[in-house]
Amino acid sequence: MKAAPERVASQRDITAEIAALAAEYQRTGGVAGQEAQLRLDYPPYRSSALRHPKHPLLSVDPAEVERWAPCFGHQDVDPVDADLTAGHPGEPIGERIIVTGRVLDAAGRPVAGQLIEVWQANASGRYRHQLDQHPAPLDPNFTGAGRCLTGPDGTYRFLTVKPGPYPWRNHHNAWRPAHIHFSVFGTAFTQRLVTQMYFPGDPLFELDPIFQSIIDPAARQRLIARYDHDLTEPEYATGYRWDIVLSGRGRTWTEGQHD
Amino acid sequence: MTELACTPGQTVGPFFALALPYPGGSGLVCDTHPEAVRLHGTVCDGAGNGVPDALVELWQPDGAGRIPRVAGSLRRDGAMFAGFTGFGRAATDADGHYGFTTVTPGSVAGGRPFFAITVLARGLLNRLFTRAYLPDGDPDADPLLATVDAGRRATLVCVAESASGRPGYRFDIHLQGPNETVFLTYRGDGR
Repeated sequence: MKAAPERVASQRDITAEIAALAAEYQRTGGVAGQEAQLRLDYPPYRSSALRHPKHPLLSVDPAEVERWAPCFGHQDVDPVDADLTAGHPGEPIGERIIVTGRVLDAAGRPVAGQLIEVWQANASGRYRHQLDQHPAPLDPNFTGAGRCLTGPDGTYRFLTVKPGPYPWRNHHNAWRPAHIHFSVFGTAFTQRLVTQMYFPGDPLFELDPIFQSIIDPAARQRLIARYDHDLTEPEYATGYRWDIVLSGRGRTWTEGQHD
Repeated sequence: MTELACTPGQTVGPFFALALPYPGGSGLVCDTHPEAVRLHGTVCDGAGNGVPDALVELWQPDGAGRIPRVAGSLRRDGAMFAGFTGFGRAATDADGHYGFTTVTPGSVAGGRPFFAITVLARGLLNRLFTRAYLPDGDPDADPLLATVDAGRRATLVCVAESASGRPGYRFDIHLQGPNETVFLTYRGDGR
């Protein structure tokens, strides 16, 4: 096994590694379906080195229990959990935003009544987490975690503030583009998705090894919300729309009703 | 029919503790439940070190092999403990160890019982799926185990324990390395 290099990589080094992997992808295909399997081994994201399986994933038919997903209901989620600006004595600092969209399966059917969880940094790019050492202020009026259930048409909606970009230690002068983490359940165990939503036009996209680990450019675009002025509320908040498509064809909620 | 393009996954990152773990998440049944068992293990990286920032999710049938359709996993405390939901979530500790209190899954339609497991971690670019089969049974009788190289089958099978007088199962998860766990992708999955 190779010893880890002593020198901390620069952004220039990381950008060159990202470009080399992208060029290799272009050269060897860029064919639809070529990158169907998400890349788990992406050396520019340094902490993936010892945390990715080296064997290919084993392809199996889902067993019956894997064709179902856990149920969540109104006893699990309080409606105010979808408002990340609430629950504190005052209003959080930052650009108030509405983030909404639909959760669909690959056949375009809505995923209804399922759990979505989100978490994010505050407007200055600081997470309320003991391991976040970014010397930016915590906001006493912002925790940065929310939950909701999707509606009958798969719609979710959160009210929050726009997260700031933040520095991390992957390499020297590494900064993550602003993002909101999403955790989504489908109607089958096999559809479980944890991902990150980004904002349009972020200047850090090209520099970020986590975003660039989605090597197919079209697939990467599917992680970027779009600004939607029809969602924007006058004198109150700007609106972003982001639809989430889960793999496969889940069962519909009504199919799932039995005792 | 046209299939929509799926949303790609991304790493859960280092700060998921802000949102995902919740009180009672690792207790699918109370400690005092007569059939309570412990399912636990360590999530290890390719150097054999415990992964302190991983999250393990559990999904399983009840002891009779029924697939739960009961909501309430997030509010299992007190009066809200409505029944067996089949879902749990446990973050690893500083040594990479996770643990659940649950019941032994029953057989669904005659198949060999297993705990369905999802693994998330900082440094892991997408969630991983695996199965933790119960220890007993003929591996060649299971459609998945029968196809796995004999040398790697053990990574999919729990080790029976009876520490502290209570039956339990140990299931270590190796993200990489000589004992790398067999991770799964499902046919019909568009990713």
